[in-house]
Amino acid sequence: MSENGKTPLLKRGFFTNPKVVPYIFIAPFLIFFLVIYLYPFITTILMSFQKIDGPNSVEFIGTKNYEKMFNRNFKQALMTTFRYAFWDVVVLTIVPLIFAVILNSGSVKFPSFFKSLYFIPALTSTIVVGIVFRLAFGTLETAPANRLLALFGQPAKDWLMFADTGNFVLILLTLWRWMGVNIIYYISGLQSIPSELYEAAKIDGANSVQQFFHISLPGIKPVLIYVITITVLGGFAMFTESVALWAQNNPGGVGRTIVGYMYLMGFYKNNMGMASAVGLVLLGLVLAVNLIQLFAMGFFKKED
Amino acid sequence: MKKLLAIILVIAMFASLGITTAFAEEEPIHLTLWTFQELHTQLYKEMLDKWNANPDNPKLEIDMQVYPYEDMHNKLTIALQTGEGAPDIVDIEINMFANYLKGDIQLADLNDIVEPMQDHLVMSRFNNYAKDGKYYGIDHHIGACIVWYNTEILEEAGIDYRDIKTWDDYHEAGKVVLEKTGKPMCTWESKDCWSIYPLVNQHGGDWLTPDNEVRMDEQVVIDTLAFMKSMLDDGTAVACPGGNHHSEEYYGWMNAGNCASVSMPFWYLNRFTDYMPDLAGKMKVAPMPLWSDGGHKSAQMGGTGTAVVKTSEHVDIAKEWLAYATLSFEGCVNTWLILGFDPIMTDVYGSEEMKAPNKFFDYYDDTIFDMLKTILDDIPDTCLTEYFPAAADIVRNEMAYDLVIGGGDPAEIAHACAEELRDAIM
Repeated sequence: MSENGKTPLLKRGFFTNPKVVPYIFIAPFLIFFLVIYLYPFITTILMSFQKIDGPNSVEFIGTKNYEKMFNRNFKQALMTTFRYAFWDVVVLTIVPLIFAVILNSGSVKFPSFFKSLYFIPALTSTIVVGIVFRLAFGTLETAPANRLLALFGQPAKDWLMFADTGNFVLILLTLWRWMGVNIIYYISGLQSIPSELYEAAKIDGANSVQQFFHISLPGIKPVLIYVITITVLGGFAMFTESVALWAQNNPGGVGRTIVGYMYLMGFYKNNMGMASAVGLVLLGLVLAVNLIQLFAMGFFKKED
Repeated sequence: MKKLLAIILVIAMFASLGITTAFAEEEPIHLTLWTFQELHTQLYKEMLDKWNANPDNPKLEIDMQVYPYEDMHNKLTIALQTGEGAPDIVDIEINMFANYLKGDIQLADLNDIVEPMQDHLVMSRFNNYAKDGKYYGIDHHIGACIVWYNTEILEEAGIDYRDIKTWDDYHEAGKVVLEKTGKPMCTWESKDCWSIYPLVNQHGGDWLTPDNEVRMDEQVVIDTLAFMKSMLDDGTAVACPGGNHHSEEYYGWMNAGNCASVSMPFWYLNRFTDYMPDLAGKMKVAPMPLWSDGGHKSAQMGGTGTAVVKTSEHVDIAKEWLAYATLSFEGCVNTWLILGFDPIMTDVYGSEEMKAPNKFFDYYDDTIFDMLKTILDDIPDTCLTEYFPAAADIVRNEMAYDLVIGGGDPAEIAHACAEELRDAIM
C-alpha cells in the first residue's frame, strides 16, 4: 500500500524512474534516426574520401573524388538539374494556383469532379507515364506531338534529343502528374480564409484581382512557402522522370540529373566513393537554395 | 525381459530409419540463379531438365530469378560488397562485368571447366571476362557483327548486296539507293554504341589498352567517325529513329520498309523475327563490308558473362552444371536453336544438329552459318578493362550524340571524348 491508499501499477524501478521514462518514449525515434539517418550520413562523408573497389579493398585517397568530380558530365548534370528545378518551381507554383483560385471561386460547376480529375495523374506510375510521353514525343513525323506541330505547319521535332525541348517535355510531364496535388494544398489554404474578408473587400469596392493579391495571396502564404519548399526539393531530387524518358542515356546533356549522375557513378561505374562525394555536393546545393528561399520568404522571422 | 524388448525395439527403430533414408529420394541441391534476360532462362530450363534426366547427376533445383537490367546489377553489387544474399550463379552483362573484377574478386574462377574445352571454344570471348589468367564468366555467343540487307529495297535500286565488299562500295550503293528509292542506306545510333563501336573495332581500333591507356583519339577512330559523317552528310545514313536500334520507334519504322540495311551483332537476329515480322523473307544477312585500309572481317559485340559466386555453398556443383549448360556440344546447339545466338563452340558450326529447322531459318534462309563461318577466323579482341563502363558511357552519350545529332568535326569529337576518358581514370 502506498501513501494514498492505491497500489501503483508498476513497482518503482529503473524503467519507471521519471528521469528515464521520457527517454524510453523517444527511444524508437532516436534509434531510427541514429541507424537510418545519422550512421549512413557519417559513413557517406567517410566514403567520399575513399576509393572503394569491393568489400576488402578500401583506400583513403584524400580529396581526389572531389577534384575529379567537376567534369563535363557533372556540369551538364548540374545545368540540367538547375534548369529543371527553376522551371519546375515557376510552373508548378503558378499554374496550380490559378486552377485552385478558379475552382474555389464558385464559378465552376462540379468542382469536386475537376478536383479529382486533376488529382488522378498523381496516382499513376512514373515509369508508365514516362513511356507514354517518350512515345508521344518521339522522333518520327507520326509521333502525336509532331502531328500536332504539323497541324500548325511546323516541321517535326526530335523532342528528346535537345536540352530545351527535352526539358519542356520533362516539365510538362511533371506538371501533368503533380498539378493536382498542389491544387489540393492551395484549395485547403484558400478555404481557411474567412469569407467576411472578401465581403468587406467587395463593399469597399475591390475587384477580384485586388482581392486575390490583397486577401488570397497573403492568406495562403504558409501554404505557398510549403509548396515552394517541397517543389524546390523535388526539383533537385528529380530522377525517376528523367530515367523514364531517357533511361541511362544523356542526349544533349538533358537526360541526366545530379541524382542520375550519382546513380551512374555508384552503380553503373561501381565507384561508391565518387557517388558519395557527388551526394554531399548535392546536399550542400539543396541546403543552400532552400535556406536562401526560406530566408527570402521570411520563414525564420518571429511572428508579430 | 522388458528391458531386452525395449532395446530390441530401439535397435529396430534405428535400423528401419537407416534403411528408409538409404532408399529415400535424395534431396535435390538447391541453387539460385539471377538473370536480367528472360530469354536465357529458356535455355537454362531446357539444360536443367536434361541434367536431371541423367541418373548419374546429382539432382538439382534451380530457382531462376529474372530482374530488370539495372535492378539485377545493383542488387548484385550490393550483395557482393556486403557478402550477403548473393545468388550461386549470375548473368552479368558485358559492360558491367569489369565492375566485379575490381579489388578482391567475389566470383569463382572457372579455369577448371574452361581450360579442358579451350581447343573447341572461341577463346577471345573468354578474355572479356578474365583477369590475371583466370576466367570468371562464360558467354553464350560470339556476337559477330554482320549486316542485314532489305533485298526488296536493294532490288528496286538494282543492287545485289553480294557485290558490296568494302565500306566504300556500301557508301556508293547507298547513293544509288537514295537516288532511286529516296530511302537511306542505313541508320547510325545517336544514343548508343552499336554503330560506332563495331565499326571502330572492325577497323582495328578500341577505346582502351589493357593498361588503361586511352586509344579514343587514334587516327583509326577519327577515320571511322569521318566515314560515318560522310554518309550522314549526303543522306545515305540517317540518325536512327528513337536514338538506337532497340527502340520501339525504330522497329516500327524499319518494319515498314524505310531503310535498306542495318549493321548489328548476330544476336540482333531475334529482334527481326520478334519485332519486325513484315520483313520476313526480305531480309538477308551478309558479312560486314571491309575497310580498304586494313582491319578485320567483323567485330564481337555485346554479351553476357555467366559467373559463379565464390561465396556460394555449392561452387563445384554450380560450375559443373554451368559447364554442362553452356560449354557442352548440346548446350551450344541449344543456344542456337532456342536463343538464336552464334554459339561459342567452333565444333557446332556445320554439324547436322544445327540444321534443325527453327524460326530464324524460316525468317531468313538456311545459309546463315555458311556466311558466318567465313568471318569467324578474323574477329579482333575487345579490351574491357575496369574503365570500359566509363568509356562506353562517353561513347553512348557524347561521341554518338555529337557525331550524329550535333554534326561535329570527327577529330574534335574524338579528342574531346579521349580527354574526358583520361580525366575519369584515377
